[in-house]
Amino acid sequence: MDWLFLTEVSLAGIGAGGLYALTGLAFVLIYKATRVVNLAIGEILMVGAYVFFGFSAGLALPFWLAAPGTLLVSGLLGAGIERTLIRPMLGENPISIFMLTIGLGSILVGLVELVWGANPLRLPEFMPTQPLFLGEAYVSPKVATAFAVASLVVTAFLILFRFWRGGVALRATASDQAAAYSMGIDVPKVFSLSWVIACMTAGAAGMLVGAIGGISPTMGVFGLSVLVVVIVGGLDSVLGALIAGLAIGLLEALAGAFLGGEYKTLTTFSLLVLVLMVRPHGLFGTHEIERL
Amino acid sequence: MRIGTAKTSYLADEALFDTAVQRRWMVALLAALVLFPLFAGPYWLYLGCLVAINVASATGLNILTGFTGLVSLGQAAFMGVGAYTVAWLEINLGTPFLLNLIIGGCSASLIGMVVGAPSLRVKGLYLAIATIAASVILHFLFANWTAVTGGASGLTMPPATFFGTPLDQPGKLYWVIMPITVLMVLGAANLFRTRVGRAFIAVRDRDISAEVLGIPLLRTKLTSFALSSFYAGVAGGMWAYFFRVITPESFPLVMSIFFLAAIIVGGMGTILGGILGATFMTMVPEALKLIVGGLSPWLPDAVALLSPVRTIVFGALIVGFLIFEPRGLAEAWRRLRRFFHLWPFKT
Repeated sequence: MDWLFLTEVSLAGIGAGGLYALTGLAFVLIYKATRVVNLAIGEILMVGAYVFFGFSAGLALPFWLAAPGTLLVSGLLGAGIERTLIRPMLGENPISIFMLTIGLGSILVGLVELVWGANPLRLPEFMPTQPLFLGEAYVSPKVATAFAVASLVVTAFLILFRFWRGGVALRATASDQAAAYSMGIDVPKVFSLSWVIACMTAGAAGMLVGAIGGISPTMGVFGLSVLVVVIVGGLDSVLGALIAGLAIGLLEALAGAFLGGEYKTLTTFSLLVLVLMVRPHGLFGTHEIERL
Repeated sequence: MRIGTAKTSYLADEALFDTAVQRRWMVALLAALVLFPLFAGPYWLYLGCLVAINVASATGLNILTGFTGLVSLGQAAFMGVGAYTVAWLEINLGTPFLLNLIIGGCSASLIGMVVGAPSLRVKGLYLAIATIAASVILHFLFANWTAVTGGASGLTMPPATFFGTPLDQPGKLYWVIMPITVLMVLGAANLFRTRVGRAFIAVRDRDISAEVLGIPLLRTKLTSFALSSFYAGVAGGMWAYFFRVITPESFPLVMSIFFLAAIIVGGMGTILGGILGATFMTMVPEALKLIVGGLSPWLPDAVALLSPVRTIVFGALIVGFLIFEPRGLAEAWRRLRRFFHLWPFKT
């Protein structure tokens, strides 16, 4: 076997896995705080990429203005979605909310197509392009940058969750809403906060994904891979999302290189079925006990 | 006002159509379905067939999701299994179409049972995602098992023949599709008067309680999966005879979402809901097409707007119904009926 090739493929896979982990984190954040399975995460990511396109190509803003602008718009989008669509569904059957996010995804795709058209577009270059070598293995500079940014953001998150007041409030709400509320935490505000942060994260991931592979209204399918990631890792486990993100990225790259591109989704979804059969709550998810 | 409906036996109370008025309306509806092809043009016949196919499939999904509480996003893939089976039989063996449809339904139902097997351990959203996985895997099979499915270019099949007459027009196929759908819907409605159907409902309401009451969970859930995918398979078979070209892209995940949306919009857990929802969701894109066509003299690029607007309306219908009318069109229908039942007294 060609070890250099294997290393290169693995590195590219882990690089892509960083983006899965980042988006998976956004997904887990919403699930932990509000118990909403947000299937629109891929579409929110797509909207983020298009907003960045609008700022940097449409309005010709420099990168240091376009990127914070994108994060701002993504955050506002998250707040708007939470306040107008998710809050009225509080306490409803989880399946209904799950379907609601599917409908939301469809609306977002339609809106983006209406504004920017259905054709794939390219984001303006904002990442370094000189080739990068780790030892002898070639790594695409874009993937490497994306991975670096993703790991920075993830680290920042972990620190925020641990030490920032809002992060502690988030974790408290996730573990017991009633207890958190009685300790003076404004739980509805935490719901909004989790959506804002998650959508900003997804928007950032959208910029990175779009910079690597270009943008199109169908790039929301990225969300399907993220779904595999969070289910395999366990819906409510941050650690699970990070590990599974890297693992799925690696697995996808290996399957693509050694079996062929069409085997990518087959492999990851087969893994998903396997994990569900053995551990129905994911590798790191908490097993909920049902009582009558 | 509702009068003259005193029941003297349990059987009469449980009858599918329990009042004379209702029976007369049903006869009128059947007559309308029979007379429809005499008055409708080819476009309306085409729509009628499409609606009937979607109603059959949505009713199947309603058995699984609405009545047994198992959310599935694999309905389109099960339809695909039925469609490919039917096409393969028609091309390679040339067996009669009714037999093909039944075999198509049975093969889909076998696959459905395999997909449903994890449902004892995996519940709720995890199950929904497991069915997404199943549909991705089936889609891969459709696209890559070239010997049977024809790979990416798919299968092209001859029309169904009825005693030598090819059923190649929607007007002729209507007489196959419509009666089968009516039978399937009636079958589903009757199912929930039997022990099996009641067991489904008990499992939906609380599966652990149902098990305590002596309902075998795995068997009930698998039966539900099998029945639901049988409906999907037969609907897929009719779809195959209707369009006669089947490619892996014919049954995308979006189509599964469409059926789930149809029963949400129509009303989960009611037979009427499946019918109303599937009809409504099939007609909305056509209505949009008409509106856009009407607007085109004023809006020159109206046709280009059609696809995104359709996507937005599709999503907005799901979201809107979930927030404002969670019980769907069936509930609106029930309100309308109540108004007439209480008519002279409540104004």
